[in-house]
Amino acid sequence: MTDASELETARAPGLKRVVIETLTRVEGHGKVTLLLDEGGHVRQARLHIVEFRGFEKFVQGRPYWEVPVMVQRLCGICPVSHHLAASKAMDQIVGVTALTPTALKVRRLMHYGQILQSHALHFFHLSSPDLLFGFDSDVTRRNIVGVAAAHPELARRGVLLRKFGQEVIRVTAGKRIHGTGSVPGGVNRSVPPAERKILRAECGRITEWSREAVHLVRRLFEQNLEEYRAFGSFPAHSLSMVRADGAMDLYHGGLRARTAAGGTLFDHVDYSSYWEQILEVVKPWSYMKFPFLLELGPEDGWYRVGPLTRVTSCDFIPSPLAEQERRDFLCFDDGSAARATLGFHWARMIEMLHAAEVIEGLLDDDDISGDELMAYGERQARGVGVIEAPRGTLIHHYRVDERDQVVRANLIVSTTHNNEAMNRAIREVALRYLDGRTLTEGLLNHIEVAVRAFDPCLSCATHALGKMPLAVELVDADGTLIGALRRG
Amino acid sequence: MAAPVVVFAIGNPSRGDDAIGPELAARLAAAALPDVEVIVDFQLQIEHALDLEDRRLAVFVDAAVDAAPPYELRPVRACRDSSHTTHALSPAAVLETFERCTGQAAPPAWTLAVRGEHFELGAALSAVARANLEAAWPRLVELGQA
Repeated sequence: MTDASELETARAPGLKRVVIETLTRVEGHGKVTLLLDEGGHVRQARLHIVEFRGFEKFVQGRPYWEVPVMVQRLCGICPVSHHLAASKAMDQIVGVTALTPTALKVRRLMHYGQILQSHALHFFHLSSPDLLFGFDSDVTRRNIVGVAAAHPELARRGVLLRKFGQEVIRVTAGKRIHGTGSVPGGVNRSVPPAERKILRAECGRITEWSREAVHLVRRLFEQNLEEYRAFGSFPAHSLSMVRADGAMDLYHGGLRARTAAGGTLFDHVDYSSYWEQILEVVKPWSYMKFPFLLELGPEDGWYRVGPLTRVTSCDFIPSPLAEQERRDFLCFDDGSAARATLGFHWARMIEMLHAAEVIEGLLDDDDISGDELMAYGERQARGVGVIEAPRGTLIHHYRVDERDQVVRANLIVSTTHNNEAMNRAIREVALRYLDGRTLTEGLLNHIEVAVRAFDPCLSCATHALGKMPLAVELVDADGTLIGALRRG
Repeated sequence: MAAPVVVFAIGNPSRGDDAIGPELAARLAAAALPDVEVIVDFQLQIEHALDLEDRRLAVFVDAAVDAAPPYELRPVRACRDSSHTTHALSPAAVLETFERCTGQAAPPAWTLAVRGEHFELGAALSAVARANLEAAWPRLVELGQA
């Protein structure tokens, strides 16, 4: 892999910079800088994102039992993931090593509801416009409204899949947003039988639609194989959580890291001491940290997380329909889809199908309506919670003092894990589509498609009306603006 | 049966003036107007289109950096706008999604855009935003009783 240090403009003043400000359809604000050499070739890509550091400060001084509710304010897209990761960390704080069956299954149901709704949103709202209309199509057409106009049934399914996931969250967390269902040591409610019955009645079509979505992505790959195979693709190490038997498990398990060549770096590692395997470095040009696998070092140890990693790293998926789709995915075109950046979309739909199957199974399980909600243990000072969130591995790490107040917090979110991988994907795309010093809508579209495959969530930005312009600037090495493109 | 008026209050209560929407929603819920359902969320999403079914009126309440203080009441129509900028949809796009998915006309809708200034994480509602909110409140009640 390339040594990132050799690409720094600071050490190569002859490089030019191309700045693409505020990506569309990613959560919050982002800005891309492309560093060019004298020949106009892209040497490095940098995705700048305002990160969550402020939030880690924000929770300091708060009592630990408030944290699982507070952290939901991190993100409007996956609050449940933060709710559960924080709850798992606080389970350790209150000394609970095993939840009651009801608490564990209610939390799992909540989590898979979140996976389903988030993946549905991403595919039907954010990515399908790219995939169905093509990367060069009119930007105003490439949004959910465009999809609704051209593919009304697909758009309707997207809305209803998302709504179903939200309903699963509502019955387990208490509310559609800002739920309080998961608490340190367990849950504060189980699922009433009447609610189970209503949700269960919908499971057949939810599973079928999810399966058809997997097949839709497959057809898109088949129809655009040359482009999809190569688009923004590069070899990467991987990190994910797997169950003790190697199965995909998005709620709990041990850490597994694999090299780009397929070797195993570590497996079934207890995440309570994740820092023995993963470290983070900072770089002067980004608010976002750069995590790396300690064994490989900061330059070569960057890695990828998320659906593509999880589907390719697990030994099997423990639900029949999704497992069959996983096998087909791995075999497709000699494994090219499983190596492609756009393979994220296919893997994401396989996970959505898995989530639908898991939800169906849990709704048939009487334990989710049980009344043993809490477990108890001996108070601890440190807690680490890890969950496979929709976008990838999510780590919450807290220290709590004797007055029950949080004194230290460290969060590593999936977008941070994927930081360097996204830069690599952008660079690969820019190498192919940037034509000298000219910024084009086409280049911007392609960069967005590459970033969106990772589904980064930059939710620390606010969402007040009128705050989301899109600007592209071409800035020479001496700081002179030589071109600009604006959208929104 | 759905309440005739649905009010979508948008914003993150932990981000300074972004809390304008949730604050007004809490007040509206406490007022318990008989014809109003209040839906609070961080941002508008595709599933909110389904919350428009069988409504006489929809009101979107949000903090706005581009509204003239203290607030602007803007009519909003279903539109293929370019609200592709984040995971969030614009009110117009929610209405459009509703029309496309159901084949029905969206209800009449307004955006109550209350001017906000500061959106830092952990910040409280600013004094300016609170004053703007107070000015907007009677108008919101009027809409709820329309």
